[in-house]
Amino acid sequence: MGLDIRLPLGLLFLVTGGMMAVYGLLTHGSAIYRKSLGIDINLVWGLVLLLFGVTMLLLAYLDRRRLAAAPPVNPSSDEVPSSRPRGH
Amino acid sequence: MSTASALAIGLRTNLTGIDWLIMLVYFAFVLGIGFLLKRHMRTSTDFFLAGRALPAWVCGLAFISANLGAQEVIGMGASGAKYGIATSQFYWIGAIPAMVFVGLFMMPFYYGSKARSVPEYLKLRYDEKTRAWNAGSFAIMTVFSSGISMYAMAKLIQVLHIFDGMFLHLGLPVGWIFHFSIFLSAVIVLGYISLGGLTSAIYNEVLQFFLIVAGFMPLVWIGLKNVGGWHGIQRALVPAYTHSWRGMAHAGTNPLGTQWYALVFGLGFVLSFGYWCTDFLVIQSAMAAESHLAARRVPLIAAIPKMFFPFLVILPGLIAISVPTVSQRMMGQAQTAPTSPAARGVPSSAPMASGASSALVGRGLVPVKIDPVNGRVLTDNKGKPLLDYDLATPNMLLHFFPTGMLGLGLTALLASFMSGMAGNVTAFNTVWTYDIYQSYIHKHGSDAHYLWMGRMATIGGVALSIGAAYFVTSFNNIMDALQLVFSFVNAPLLATFLLGMFWKRTTGHGAFWGLLSGTCAAALHTGLTLPADVSGVGIHGGWIAVLHVYPSTMAQTFWTAIWAFCVCLAMTVGLSLMTKPREEKDLVGLVYSLTPKPAEGHLLWYQRPASLAILVLAMVVVLNLVFL
Repeated sequence: MGLDIRLPLGLLFLVTGGMMAVYGLLTHGSAIYRKSLGIDINLVWGLVLLLFGVTMLLLAYLDRRRLAAAPPVNPSSDEVPSSRPRGH
Repeated sequence: MSTASALAIGLRTNLTGIDWLIMLVYFAFVLGIGFLLKRHMRTSTDFFLAGRALPAWVCGLAFISANLGAQEVIGMGASGAKYGIATSQFYWIGAIPAMVFVGLFMMPFYYGSKARSVPEYLKLRYDEKTRAWNAGSFAIMTVFSSGISMYAMAKLIQVLHIFDGMFLHLGLPVGWIFHFSIFLSAVIVLGYISLGGLTSAIYNEVLQFFLIVAGFMPLVWIGLKNVGGWHGIQRALVPAYTHSWRGMAHAGTNPLGTQWYALVFGLGFVLSFGYWCTDFLVIQSAMAAESHLAARRVPLIAAIPKMFFPFLVILPGLIAISVPTVSQRMMGQAQTAPTSPAARGVPSSAPMASGASSALVGRGLVPVKIDPVNGRVLTDNKGKPLLDYDLATPNMLLHFFPTGMLGLGLTALLASFMSGMAGNVTAFNTVWTYDIYQSYIHKHGSDAHYLWMGRMATIGGVALSIGAAYFVTSFNNIMDALQLVFSFVNAPLLATFLLGMFWKRTTGHGAFWGLLSGTCAAALHTGLTLPADVSGVGIHGGWIAVLHVYPSTMAQTFWTAIWAFCVCLAMTVGLSLMTKPREEKDLVGLVYSLTPKPAEGHLLWYQRPASLAILVLAMVVVLNLVFL
């Protein structure tokens, strides 16, 4: 299919993680974190998600550059040749 | 009003702007993917089979996500709270071996035969009537499963008061929330599937997979920290809850109420192989893979995250019953711990209730179950209050997550419901279009016509699911309900597929009548037995007569499956020997002994599916030893 799944996946986590991290920064030390045992879970987990999103986007970008550099060849491991470019 | 609803009110959801924003972003992406993929949907193959062009890892994650619906996230949390870590048997015994088997031995026939669906394989291997029976029963089952997901989601939204604030703000009656939730989930799922077909469903399932991991990992982290880690849970609960094999020698000595051989044969073989090896719901994502080899790798890749899912979905249930109960008044020795009332963190001075009628506060974060009509506490046939285990996981989210993280957690929960629904809807539209419509109603239409029909079937499937959602109301545990449906339809199926793929003598007549008698055997067995943990004769069993009482619904389900499988196997073999077999040349590519083995000589050892399979099985053995 023409769309690399890692693009929307990376973008979703980038946006969500970013929003959570910023919100976590703004509310750092607030009483809302009593629920999560004093851990600023929004900041911590937001950063983790952000990192995951960036990684996915980076992988998609590298793959695309690799494909642009070398025109797609059918890998020898597949016995059924695919007529579509291997986008991911 | 009872104290249990006070608990629900105490944990009332207070969503703020950030929570809504996270949810909105997710739904924007879900529909956005549908729109982006719409222009790629040119043929019915694109729509129903994702063009057979997806990489193995994408299909692998979709393979488990399709099964990651309400049954998984809420049901497994509920079973974790009800039965303990033994619930992980649904993964380690009940999924992994079957996933390995389907990848190694069955996928070559599904993918290689060029069948477009599982019922179509039956048509190629056996005959038209076997396909018709399978396609029909499967279509009904998907509609029900999707309806159950929808119902559970709407009920949850209602119980957690997620939309209450919005409805009050808009001046709408709060009683509409249930209907609004059903309508909303239907519209979203309908939107992205009718736009982008199976590709859209698979892409969204991948998104949902990561979202569920992202939403539940911190829950387990914070929850474990709160109860003092795994050792804290072990201290808080009786040993049967924290050891997956403890007490399995006798039905009476473990929370599942079943013996080890019923567990291994009923769940580990019949139910599990029946589901993972023959259910088009999961198989369809492997059929969308880009090559023969990728299709075989799909279930094997899926097995790796699958085996760690108990930590994500069952552990919250265990943590929920390990934390100190919200109210300090306990219900005495009501639940499962007659040996050690103090073991659950109950102060020894806690007043023991003399009867079940006083001080009903649930257990940990699990509230007692309330009749939605009259607001009274529901009890079993001994007068003990029933617990609403389905609320274990949602209450965990509300208890431990602050605003922001709560938005992500709820989004993950909603995503899981929708992935369960979407998988069923895509399976339904394929089976309807190829196996029912194209086969019996309109044989020689153009490809564009079937693409149009697929979109119409998506609308029809969603509409029927809404009907099913309103129908499904009388079960106290979604898990048990689904297992009941699966056992009627799927348990005999496994015998049919195993005989079809591995015994060339099996005939269409044998397969068809074997299937029918297997399903009848399942219904008969359920009608003649009764589990002890339900409130009486009814949908759970005993509607013909009560010949035997099982200690739990789960045990009854396992034995129903075993009976159905054995009856189907015996009938199919018997009738096949009496009827004329098909010629061997017609069975090439469909039967193991007549099909050339896929060439693997050019692959390095670690690229071969068998190596991956051995790795997966070794990991499961280790997990079982750790939690023995």
